[in-house]
Amino acid sequence: MRKFTWLAPTLYILFLMLPIYWLLNMSFKTTNEILNNFTLWPQNFTLDNYIKIFTDPTWYNGYFNSLTYVLINTAISVTVALPAAYAFSRYRFLGDKHMFFWLLTNRMAPPAVFALPFFQLYSAVNLFDTHIAVALAHGLFNIPLAVWILEGFMSGVPKQLDETAYVDGYSFWRFFLRIFLPTIAAGIGVAAFFCFMFSWVELLLAKTLTSVAAKPIAATMTRTASTAGYELGLLAAAGSLTIVPGAFVIYFVRNYIAKGFALGRV
Amino acid sequence: MNNKTAYPKAWLFVLPVVALVAFNALIPLMTVVNYSVQETFGNNVFFFEGVKWFEEVLNSERFHASLLRQLAFTGIILAIEIPLGVAIALTMPARGIWASVCLVLMALPLLIPWNVVGAMWNIFALPEIGLLGQMINGMGIDYNFTQQPMAAWFTTILMDVWHWTSLVVLLAYAGLRSIPDAYYQAAKIDGASGWAVFRYIQLPKMKRVLTIAVLLRFMDSFMIYTEPFVLTGGGPGNATTFLSIDLVKIALGQFDLGPAAAMSLIYFLIVLLLSWVFYTLMMRDEEQ
Repeated sequence: MRKFTWLAPTLYILFLMLPIYWLLNMSFKTTNEILNNFTLWPQNFTLDNYIKIFTDPTWYNGYFNSLTYVLINTAISVTVALPAAYAFSRYRFLGDKHMFFWLLTNRMAPPAVFALPFFQLYSAVNLFDTHIAVALAHGLFNIPLAVWILEGFMSGVPKQLDETAYVDGYSFWRFFLRIFLPTIAAGIGVAAFFCFMFSWVELLLAKTLTSVAAKPIAATMTRTASTAGYELGLLAAAGSLTIVPGAFVIYFVRNYIAKGFALGRV
Repeated sequence: MNNKTAYPKAWLFVLPVVALVAFNALIPLMTVVNYSVQETFGNNVFFFEGVKWFEEVLNSERFHASLLRQLAFTGIILAIEIPLGVAIALTMPARGIWASVCLVLMALPLLIPWNVVGAMWNIFALPEIGLLGQMINGMGIDYNFTQQPMAAWFTTILMDVWHWTSLVVLLAYAGLRSIPDAYYQAAKIDGASGWAVFRYIQLPKMKRVLTIAVLLRFMDSFMIYTEPFVLTGGGPGNATTFLSIDLVKIALGQFDLGPAAAMSLIYFLIVLLLSWVFYTLMMRDEEQ
């Protein structure tokens, strides 16, 4: 029995890779080949789909828009979450436990519930169709998430560290920036990873809050599909490219990802 | 954490978070509450209607049907993903280069935008051009998820298993790594069977992360929108119209703001209530 334990994970990974392979396979075919011949690999290998995406501004701007709001969101979420997580992990104050739970409930709110009010809210403050609007809206679920993850990591640091620094004459902010933050660098990395991930994969809110100037790549895909007929090859190429940033980010946090999942969602 | 210092000014540290989240959470929530008790015929003229919309939604067969579909879907994916995720975590390499390779490959579906997941499964499962569609039809089974409700359900569930089982694997894996080697050595000396090791060492140690896994998968699957919308559009007919899809149809498709808002609030309360029930049940087990 023991010898065959590798079989289950291998089969599982194979199952995970099949649809991704199929997407890549289609992205190197012409739409004509996709519709007329069923082939397991491209017979007329073509890069036309990718060339189209890299030369047409409506396509590549979608990627820039998505990356822009995702990065703004990650920066905002982690920055505001750092002091809050520190307060939750070190101090007692009025309503601390209730507030922690209230933050959790925001992750339970179905985005579909908020789509319409968000549209009205961000229109009212003149932020509709800007990157900052999507970045702030995604803060609804990413800021609480960043607080939980960072709180988990910070609680793992002994309080003696803080006390020793104060005895040595450090001011609070100098201690916080110079000593404390480097100590929990891994936690900041994991928090940033999760903010990146959830902002990158979300579409409903991002689509509701944008029309042209900040349209995310995922929305570009759905709209182009309906106007220009069904250009499957192009769609597959665009889809394949959306996997790249995620794969890139996973590679950097591969050693912390499991720990982050366990700590982050307590 | 009993040794926390009482420090009222810590509120200042939390203030930016509260301000940003409240802006996003409270104002839209109040908007929804506001719509849920009013009727409008356009031109921004509103009439107070009290609980009329709530009664209408709670008594509508359409809402009952969506809710039932939602509960069935969430129940099925939890029953598949949790045991499967634990099984994969138990059998995958514990450490070293292969553990990293497994983790990176398994995490990949989690980082694909949700509509791309839907589109990818659409072209993967279509009977004429998709690998899965061709394979199933090749086995002599008539399969077309755009026309057969059962096939649509099968495809949607398979897609969700593909998309999210890795989350359970990662959590369970993290839980398993927190078990000290000494426990296994003690079990070996006692001659414990593989099942006993799982039942009395691994499972109790994984309880906390599994609680998180069940809660997360419950909440997220209960809110699922983009993937089934792109894959099946809620069809064929209404076969895969889950709560969020139905809600968006009513709110943005028909622009029935009152009923949509009332349904939003009922929906949100159901998620909160069921999450709380799950949470307390599992926490009570832990204390015993």
